[in-house]
Amino acid sequence: MALLEVKDLEVYYGVIRALKGISFHVDRGEIVSLIGANGAGKTTTMQSVIGLIPKKSGTVTFDGTDITRTPCHKIVRLGMTQVPEGRRIFQELSVYENLLMGAYTVQDNARFKRDLEAIFTRFPRLAERRNQIAGTLSGGEQQMLAMGRAIMCRPKLLMLDEPSMGLSPLLVDQVFEIIQDINRDGTTVLLVEQNAGKSLAISHRTYVMENGSIVLSGTGAELAASEKVQKAYLGG
Amino acid sequence: MEQIFSTLVNGLSLGGIYAMIALGYTMVYGIAKLLNFAHGDIIMVGGYLIYVGMATQMPLAAVLLAVVGCVVLGICIEKVAYRPLRGASPLAVLITAIGVSYFMQSMAQIIFGSAPKMVTVYDFGAVELFGATIQVSSLVTLAVATVVMTVLTLFVKYTRTGRAMIAVSEDNGAAQLMGIDVNRIITITFAIGSALAALAGLFYLLKAPAVSSTLGAMPGIKAFTAAVIGGIGSIPGAMLGGILLGMIESVSYKITAIAPYTDAIEFSILILILLVRPTGFLGKKRREKV
Repeated sequence: MALLEVKDLEVYYGVIRALKGISFHVDRGEIVSLIGANGAGKTTTMQSVIGLIPKKSGTVTFDGTDITRTPCHKIVRLGMTQVPEGRRIFQELSVYENLLMGAYTVQDNARFKRDLEAIFTRFPRLAERRNQIAGTLSGGEQQMLAMGRAIMCRPKLLMLDEPSMGLSPLLVDQVFEIIQDINRDGTTVLLVEQNAGKSLAISHRTYVMENGSIVLSGTGAELAASEKVQKAYLGG
Repeated sequence: MEQIFSTLVNGLSLGGIYAMIALGYTMVYGIAKLLNFAHGDIIMVGGYLIYVGMATQMPLAAVLLAVVGCVVLGICIEKVAYRPLRGASPLAVLITAIGVSYFMQSMAQIIFGSAPKMVTVYDFGAVELFGATIQVSSLVTLAVATVVMTVLTLFVKYTRTGRAMIAVSEDNGAAQLMGIDVNRIITITFAIGSALAALAGLFYLLKAPAVSSTLGAMPGIKAFTAAVIGGIGSIPGAMLGGILLGMIESVSYKITAIAPYTDAIEFSILILILLVRPTGFLGKKRREKV
C-alpha cells in the first residue's frame, strides 16, 4: 500500500480551478518528484495535500488514514511535513530555536537531543551558527536550516518545495545529495522542482504537471528519454 | 526634586497600566492579525467584576473573579465573534470588533445602570519618599506591572507555547507545518491579553474608585496608541510605548499651562511618530510574500 495516495484532487482559488482532479501516489522509501513549469500547480498540490489550503474534492490517504479533511497541524503529527517554498524559516528566532520549533511535536527530550546532534553533524554550518538569528543566515544556510527543521519531527514523508531555488550550482548539488541521504536513512520524499534534470536523476518516479493536471509519469530514465520532457524541461 | 520624583512614580505606574493593556492589543494583532477594539472594554468588565466580587469583602477574591471572568470572556469573544471570520476581509473583522465593544458597553449599562458604581478595593494609603507624598497603590501597580511583564517576556522566550506564539506571529503557515495548532495559540493569546486587561481594571479602580460602562474606552484607545508607537505586534514595543505614554501624560499633567491639553498632546505625538516611523519604534516591516 502506498504511503501517500492522492485521488482526483481538485483545488479552487475562488473561481479558478487550480488543480483539475489529479491522482498520484508515493510508495514507502521512494523519492517521487513533481516537475512542471511555473503555475502548473506543483506548490498548490503540496500545500493542499498537507492541509494548508482547502481541497474542493478528491481524497488524500496517508499511511492508511484518510486525511482529506484533517487540519495541517494534525497531519504533521501523523508523520508528514514540508519544507515550504521560499524556506520560510523563523527569521527572528535563532538557529537552535528554529530546530526546537521543528521538534514541536516531539515530547521526548532525549530523542530531541540525539536528533539535534545528528542534524549538527549533517549540517556543520548550523552547529557553528547555533545561536545566530536565522534571518541573518545566507540563502544556502537557510535552506539547510529549513531541511534540518523539517526532519526534527522524524517525518515518514518529507515534502520539499523548490529546495534548489535561488542557490548557487554548488549548493544545489549539495542540497540534492542531502535529499538522497535523508531518503537512504528511511524517509520517503516528495519533491517539487523546476530543476527537472536534477530531479529526474535522483527520483525513483516522476510526475509531470501542466495547467493543474498530471500529463506524464514514469521513472526518471523513461521521462528523460521522452521527447516531450526533453523539449519542455531539459532544454534538449 | 520631590516634584520630579512623584511625577516619575506616577508616570511609571500609569505607563505600567498602559503597557499591560497595550500588550493585549499587540499580542492579538501579532498572532491573529486582528485589531481587537473590544479589548479596552475587557478592562471595564474587569472593573464591574471587582465591584461584584467586593460583595464578599475580600479584595483578593474580587480580583480573582475579575481575572478568571475576563479570561473566559476573552476566549468566548474570540470563539464567537472572530473565529468565524478567519480569512474574511480585515474591514469585516474591524467592524465586528467595534460591534463587540458597543455590545459590551450596552450590556454593562443594562445590568448595572448608567450611573458609575463606587468601589473601594483596598486603601493602601500614602507614604513619604524623598520628600514627596506617594500613593502606595502607585507603587503596587508599578511592582505588579514589572513582575507581570517580566514573567510574560520569559514565558514567550523560554516556553514551548511562548515560542509557538512567536512562530505563529511570524509565519502562520510555517508554524502549522511544525505541528502547531494555531487556533489553540490564538485562544491562549486572548486569555493572556484578557487577564492583563482585568489587572489593568483593578489598577484603574485603585487610582479612581468608580466604574462605569465607558471605563475602558479612553485607556483602551491610549493603550492602542502606545502599542502603535512601540510598533504593533512587538511585545517589548508595547511595553516601551506604554511607559513612554504614561510618562508623557504624567509630565503634561504637572505643567499647569498644558495640563488641559494632555490627551491632545498624547495623540499628536502618536501622529508625529507615525509620520517619521510608520512602523513605530520597534515594529518591523512585514516581509511581503512574493
